[in-house]
Amino acid sequence: MLRMSARTDCSRNEAILIRTGAIVLALTTVAFFIMLLGHNPFSVYISMIEGAFGSVYRITETIRKAIPLIIASLGISLAFRLKFWNIGAEGQIIMGAFGATFCALNFQSLPSYILLPVMGIASIICGGIWGAIPAYFRAKFRTNETIFTLMMNYIALKWLTYLQYGPWKDPGALGFPKIPGFTDNAILPSFFGLHIGWIIAVILIIVLHIFVNHTKRGYEINVVGESENTGRYAGMNVKFIIIYTIFLSGGLCGLAGMIEASGVNKTLSVEITRGVGYTAIITSWLSSLRAPVIAVVCILFAAMIQGGTFIQMAFQIPQSAAQILQGMILFFVLGSEFFIRYRISIIKDNKVEAEQ
Amino acid sequence: MVNISKSFGEIKANDNITFSVNYGEIYALLGENGAGKSTLVNMLSGVYTPDSGEIYVHDKKLRFSSPGDSISSGIGMIHQHFKLIEVMTAAENIIIGQKRSFIVRRNKLKKTINTISQKYGFKTDPDKYIYDMSVGEKQSVEILKVLYRGADILILDEPTAVLTPQETEKLFKILLKMKEQGCAVIIITHKLHEVMEISDRVTVLRRGEVAGTVNTKETNPKDLTAMMVGKSVDLSINRPAILKDEVMLEIKNLSLVDRDGIKKLNRISFNVKAGEILGIAGVAGSGQKELCESIQGLERRKRGLILFRGEDIARLTPRAIFERGLRISFIPEDRLGMGLVPTMDIVDNVIMKDYYLQKSLFLDREPARTRAEHIVKMLNVHTPGINHPVNQLSGGNIQKVLLGREIDANPDFLVTAYPTRGLDIGSSHLIYDELNRQKMKGVGVIYVGEDLNVLLSLCDRIMVLFEGRVIGTVDASASTKEEIGFMMLGGKEC
Repeated sequence: MLRMSARTDCSRNEAILIRTGAIVLALTTVAFFIMLLGHNPFSVYISMIEGAFGSVYRITETIRKAIPLIIASLGISLAFRLKFWNIGAEGQIIMGAFGATFCALNFQSLPSYILLPVMGIASIICGGIWGAIPAYFRAKFRTNETIFTLMMNYIALKWLTYLQYGPWKDPGALGFPKIPGFTDNAILPSFFGLHIGWIIAVILIIVLHIFVNHTKRGYEINVVGESENTGRYAGMNVKFIIIYTIFLSGGLCGLAGMIEASGVNKTLSVEITRGVGYTAIITSWLSSLRAPVIAVVCILFAAMIQGGTFIQMAFQIPQSAAQILQGMILFFVLGSEFFIRYRISIIKDNKVEAEQ
Repeated sequence: MVNISKSFGEIKANDNITFSVNYGEIYALLGENGAGKSTLVNMLSGVYTPDSGEIYVHDKKLRFSSPGDSISSGIGMIHQHFKLIEVMTAAENIIIGQKRSFIVRRNKLKKTINTISQKYGFKTDPDKYIYDMSVGEKQSVEILKVLYRGADILILDEPTAVLTPQETEKLFKILLKMKEQGCAVIIITHKLHEVMEISDRVTVLRRGEVAGTVNTKETNPKDLTAMMVGKSVDLSINRPAILKDEVMLEIKNLSLVDRDGIKKLNRISFNVKAGEILGIAGVAGSGQKELCESIQGLERRKRGLILFRGEDIARLTPRAIFERGLRISFIPEDRLGMGLVPTMDIVDNVIMKDYYLQKSLFLDREPARTRAEHIVKMLNVHTPGINHPVNQLSGGNIQKVLLGREIDANPDFLVTAYPTRGLDIGSSHLIYDELNRQKMKGVGVIYVGEDLNVLLSLCDRIMVLFEGRVIGTVDASASTKEEIGFMMLGGKEC
């Protein structure tokens, strides 16, 4: 008979061991899947790594993909710290990119060093408001933020589709529904072969780490996230804390949208997010909401995406194989939490004696 | 039960425990909180399985892997927290989970229930809905439920914790009837006088081990306490006289209607003097929580006046009260859900109320560290260190951290709700002493309590609440448990 019992003594090393074991198991499971497709899983995995880190160009590409993921994960981690299940990053990214694009299209005459910060601020405000709306209703009327933020994603996406096919359609694109490209002064400059979004990401990781652990505001977020009642008891303005934290959360996601639009796509389109808003939920959860860990996890996830593109070319395996791998890893890691919290032991079955 | 052991993680909840109960006997399991009483009976009722050891019922060795196994061998468990479905009648609750025919024959069922009721002296109406019942009635339904299932070994976990003295007396009469009918009754308790009153034999548990088994007739409360705690303890509580005659807090016509439109407080008026401990008694949910939260400023929907040294603070938030220099400390009933942040360490919990006074944007934990160390030393908190998360401390130590923080703030007024709930005798007395020390300093204290013996010996006056109203206020030195119990039920005999 299997018996489980709660444990509180799981050390950090043990927990890391269990989680690593989960990832290995996920890789093994997907290996069988790859074998079913008729390929050697080892060579597939190795070329995934090569595809992600094999050359300077590939590393740059991997990091380019990691940047929006990192910034959005940082944003989501703030909301999750508050136990506010913000799954609206997707919409917040879109609205952030929308705000930035609005400035890029309307203030084309501004010099770059003014226009770019203006775009950044606009994206933070737009993404922030998109997050603050559900936060307001949650704080005031206790609405369910999960459904609310999810629905906000669709509104944002449809709004963007409307713009792309309607008022913002590029007249010079011969009827093709696309938004005009950014002028040069609205495009993020490069630094070491990559747009400066990576510097912003590094700064944000450090700032957020300090904010959460060493400031009064960060402390409040931790208290309220643990228990709203305790927050009220300690005299904190819980509603205000919820609203501005989610504003920040949405603002960060919005900034990710601006960086993506200005640094990578150089325009805005309905494909702007590439699912980053949903992947970031996974990465920030896997990093247990800790900013430095988020950086590592996001680069690994970006590597999986980049490596996935590579195996598609090299082996003709659909890129979705990499997504299956992502899903498997999440599944196993979440499942492994059970073994961190409970101990399983086997005891001999004495039932026979009882029936005598 | 022979050589029963059970551990949770590294904690040994039960270590080689052996005891036996005879039919026609009331048997008490006595021990402080955390001594392993509940774990032990949970194994008997099949909720947990022991790591080692054997259980014999009717001389047959059994291994329970689920509560169902335990029920079918005649063991009935009455939990401290009732497991009844509010929107069903007593009869419906009684037959839930029974393996009977698909169709319920209500008349026959009612008859069976009434026969059992008569046999043991219950006065329960099978058609009454649970939500219409008082706590005592609900408990009767729980007992009927296990009797209906044919249990002849009854286990009651802290059965009197939620009852008034009158209800307790009724329960004891029923238990004695069961004993006459040949049932074995096990009661788990930490109240000594109940053990003395009703049990035939008693086993004392201490830190998961049997400290001794004695016949009740051959022992006395003092010896039992010594066995429970492991050393002899002074059981008396001091009541120093009130130093000065100065009204500190005066409440006039305080009313409160909650979110759902239910009246929680109804025109309450009273006052507390500086250096006085005012006890508040009442059945759970009579408005104690709302009253405490109103005084501290948490509850915003109230009407009426709260005068603190003549200044009305009824409209102020907790922080606004704090900023006026009025120090009202509050020890809420829900320690981990309100008073403390469970996953944070002692330092982060100590800093909680005044961190915002720091000028800088950054949080300076250094002063809190000193204070945390001071609290740990002052109240003798058992912790591996001040950076240990509070939810990994024991109940008593958690309460000490909370009390320490609130007292360390040098309060003018102290509101405490059930501060010793779940604490062992030693820790409880430490807290009574600390309250008295605050009293001597001229702090006004409100003590919401449930143990009438403690209320009577610690407080100067006792105010009784019933359904949000003040039924009356009595002088503690001139009152009795019966009088207060009578008032707790609204002054009506039921």
